[in-house]
Amino acid sequence: MGILISAIGQGLIWATLGFGLYLTFRILDVADMTVEGTFPLGAATAVTLISNGMSPIIATLVATLAGSLAGLVTGLLYTKGKIPILLAGILTMTAVYSVNLRIMGQANRSLLGKTNLFSYNFLKGLPQNFPVIVVGVVIIILITICLAQFLKTELGQAFIVTGDNPKMARSLGINTDSMTILGLMVANGLIGLGGALVAQNNGFADVNMGVGTIVVALASIIIGEVIFTDTLTLPERLITIIIGSIFYRFVLVIVLYIGFNADDLKLVSAIILGLALMLPRLRSKLRLSTFLKRG
Amino acid sequence: MVETKLRLDHATVIVNQGQPGEKTILDDVSLTLMPEDFVTVLGSNGAGKSTLFNVIAGSLPLTSGSLFLGEHDVTHLNEAQRTKFLARVFQDPKLGTAPRMTVVENMLLAERRGLRRRLKNRGLTEAKRAEYAKVTATMGNGLSDRLDMAAGDLSGGQRQALSFLMATQLRPEVLLLDEHTAALDPKTSTQLMQVSDRRIHEEKLTALMITHHLEDAIEYGNRLIIMSEGKISLDVSGEEKKKLTVTDLLNYFNRY
Repeated sequence: MGILISAIGQGLIWATLGFGLYLTFRILDVADMTVEGTFPLGAATAVTLISNGMSPIIATLVATLAGSLAGLVTGLLYTKGKIPILLAGILTMTAVYSVNLRIMGQANRSLLGKTNLFSYNFLKGLPQNFPVIVVGVVIIILITICLAQFLKTELGQAFIVTGDNPKMARSLGINTDSMTILGLMVANGLIGLGGALVAQNNGFADVNMGVGTIVVALASIIIGEVIFTDTLTLPERLITIIIGSIFYRFVLVIVLYIGFNADDLKLVSAIILGLALMLPRLRSKLRLSTFLKRG
Repeated sequence: MVETKLRLDHATVIVNQGQPGEKTILDDVSLTLMPEDFVTVLGSNGAGKSTLFNVIAGSLPLTSGSLFLGEHDVTHLNEAQRTKFLARVFQDPKLGTAPRMTVVENMLLAERRGLRRRLKNRGLTEAKRAEYAKVTATMGNGLSDRLDMAAGDLSGGQRQALSFLMATQLRPEVLLLDEHTAALDPKTSTQLMQVSDRRIHEEKLTALMITHHLEDAIEYGNRLIIMSEGKISLDVSGEEKKKLTVTDLLNYFNRY
């Protein structure tokens, strides 16, 4: 039971990554690799600031800001430097690796029992794993409301149309470069925030913790899409990402339970995402074969 | 004297300048549009019709020459800045609308063409919806029943009708129609052409329309120009244009 509760908490804080990637991967329609550098950047920033005595809330906000700066770099490389997005992301990701080592001064850094977002006094009375759920729920609700409201503004709609039909967006006077940069900044801000949350929950930051985060974030989006195949509004879609993220954590728990060890998790993650990506195709194939059988 | 609407002055575009592939694709073109001019543009492929449009829209910079809107020199404005006074409908139905957004969402976007996008709710009210239902009903092709459908799920004709509406929602000083009915079947094409013509007249718009359809070029508009080799080779208007026949135009094309 405890492990399931923990999975829900994990799912909630990791959903921030799903949100971030949804903005770039699904709305802007670009594959942003910066993520794998931004996640540890957020973690490194938050852990270093907190262990130097900064308030966890401010440290988390600074980590979010650091993430969006990484997004800004990728955005400038892509729109102004005309570097293909995949390469632009990889460049930033690689550069950020060194930045992360500079920030922490070493390859990993622990919080050393300092108060973090999940260990405030008023959360201490809660049973184990519940602080993460409480804080996670509050943060994810806040982000969902903000994102849903933003996407409904004139600016938000201009951002959506930039991904949907850039040529038309420009013919309506929308600066598609600015919209792309804005999207990458918000997305990587969310991923930096995710890094800060995960690091505080784990009690440490590690320079290599970004490996595979794209797969995890994408998995929560895709699982959500596979479970809920109807046409949904954007706020509903954001909620399916949260559900997808929690579901993904459950699957990992099950995988560990049936005897795989933690070293296998990246392989398992990739397989889960691969299957989820192929599922719509497989499903239509299966439906087609039953249709043929019926003649 | 009536003020001119749009004036292209000695416009020249040379591509690959100073390289082996150097080519003049727009050759010292001057064109003046008066308010409410509706000009049809003919010309074979590569004659410079699209270049002319791209130069006016700002998606292609001039090598030399200038562009005036009324008295204002707008040569230095970029494509996004020119959308304040200019709207454009493309040939490809896919280019003019956002496929994953609904019809009303597309229209809301078009309502702020060339204006700043604010951090303010997009304002999809019931009144707005009713207004859009009324406007789309004038297109007479069932678009008004599909206001909440994603634009990508509309038929080609409906998508083009929507693109046209969006271009004229916020009154443009100059409207560019780039073969906007060419991708449609004959019946749908004729229908959209008639609706477009009616709206251009009702709203007193100044428009340029590229077409390969000689009958349309003669039937619509008050002025007709033919482009060949980057120049305007024929420019007729008024009574003279009304007298033109398809045979005249064919003869003209065969001569060049």
